[in-house]
Amino acid sequence: MSAMELTVTDLTVARGGVPVLEGLGFRLSAGQVLVLRGPNGSGKTTLLRTLAGLQPPMAGAISLPPEAIAYGAHADGLKATLTVAENLAFWARIHGTHEIEPALDDFNLQALRNRAAQSLSAGQKRRLGLARLLVTGRSLWLLDEPTVSLDVASVALFADAVRAHVAGGGAALIATHIDLGLAADIFDVGPYKADPRAPSRTPSAFDEAFA
Amino acid sequence: MIALLARDLRLAIRAGGGFGLGLAFFLIVSVLVPFAVGPEAEVLARIAPGILWVGALLACLLSLDRIFQLDFEDGSLDLLATAPIPMEGTVAVKALAHWITTGLPLVLAAPVFGALMSLDERGYWWIFVTLLIGTPALSMIGAFGAALTVGLKRGGLLLSLLVLPLYIPTLIFGAEAATRGIGGFDNTTPLLMLAGITAAAVALLPFAASAAIRINLR
Repeated sequence: MSAMELTVTDLTVARGGVPVLEGLGFRLSAGQVLVLRGPNGSGKTTLLRTLAGLQPPMAGAISLPPEAIAYGAHADGLKATLTVAENLAFWARIHGTHEIEPALDDFNLQALRNRAAQSLSAGQKRRLGLARLLVTGRSLWLLDEPTVSLDVASVALFADAVRAHVAGGGAALIATHIDLGLAADIFDVGPYKADPRAPSRTPSAFDEAFA
Repeated sequence: MIALLARDLRLAIRAGGGFGLGLAFFLIVSVLVPFAVGPEAEVLARIAPGILWVGALLACLLSLDRIFQLDFEDGSLDLLATAPIPMEGTVAVKALAHWITTGLPLVLAAPVFGALMSLDERGYWWIFVTLLIGTPALSMIGAFGAALTVGLKRGGLLLSLLVLPLYIPTLIFGAEAATRGIGGFDNTTPLLMLAGITAAAVALLPFAASAAIRINLR
């Protein structure tokens, strides 16, 4: 993993063309965990999707090394009829890595490896979704509520995985409501809430093209 | 990309994957038409190319909304968008997987079903050749339509309405090439047009479809 740094400058993110957060600025370096805080609907998911490149920022700049992002969303991207090992091996091959055993070990999935994903419990599915992060080989984890439906023991497994990841030169940006017991910096999105009635100052090229 | 192709093919043949849906529909059409129009061999042989082409086209249409919708719903499409494969490659591979699971079985089965429509040996050959050249275009154009409607709940109707007009050139030249070939006439022109449509669709539509998906993921 190469040294990475994420720098966000004066960023405005929008959902459905309406700005939700504006003037965001922070920096995340290798070895660091940053926890995003904010009430439901405050724009944490929108921010993470923008950083992951799934939607364009409305204003501002994001600087990060190419192909550094592993995005963990609410949905785990699992195929119900594939087994645990098949699901994981698919994402490993997509990312050009081939080793799934450590990921199965770290999230305590060895006993379930030949079970179809459709027969897993919600917490087991989540663990498989998080194990996917390990097989991507990417250095910056963007995680959206990663601990939903996990029990205390699994949250501890997850916290261990994050600790090992940042110790190896990675970084993580985690939107969560619970305390993970990690040595993490807190970034509260509350003060950056955008005024939804304010007209957007820079309409995106897409909107202009269809105006 | 091979991993993605292998996964899509594996998903298609697992339970509930939809493999065989198009083929079953195609069989139903081929069996029902002789009952509907009567058993006269000359009449059946005359309309067979058109019926087989329409049947193949509708069978293809039946499974289009599965190309991206399932990956969109379970979040895989978001993850694929952040993966090292370019989205154009993802689209092309998924269209290829659709063709292998839907188009290719139709191509292989068409001569057999042609027997139900009193086609002769020359008919088997030309139905096989025209479908083989034309069905990749059906899958690729369909993948483009599926990309446009991927975020919509119950987008199947809109998808059909969008895609059917785009299928018409393929249908016209495909059925024309088959009819002329069976009649013993020169069919070079419609065959070249059909191949041209397929080549253009495969070359250009992955880019259009991936742009549509990126907009739908926002």
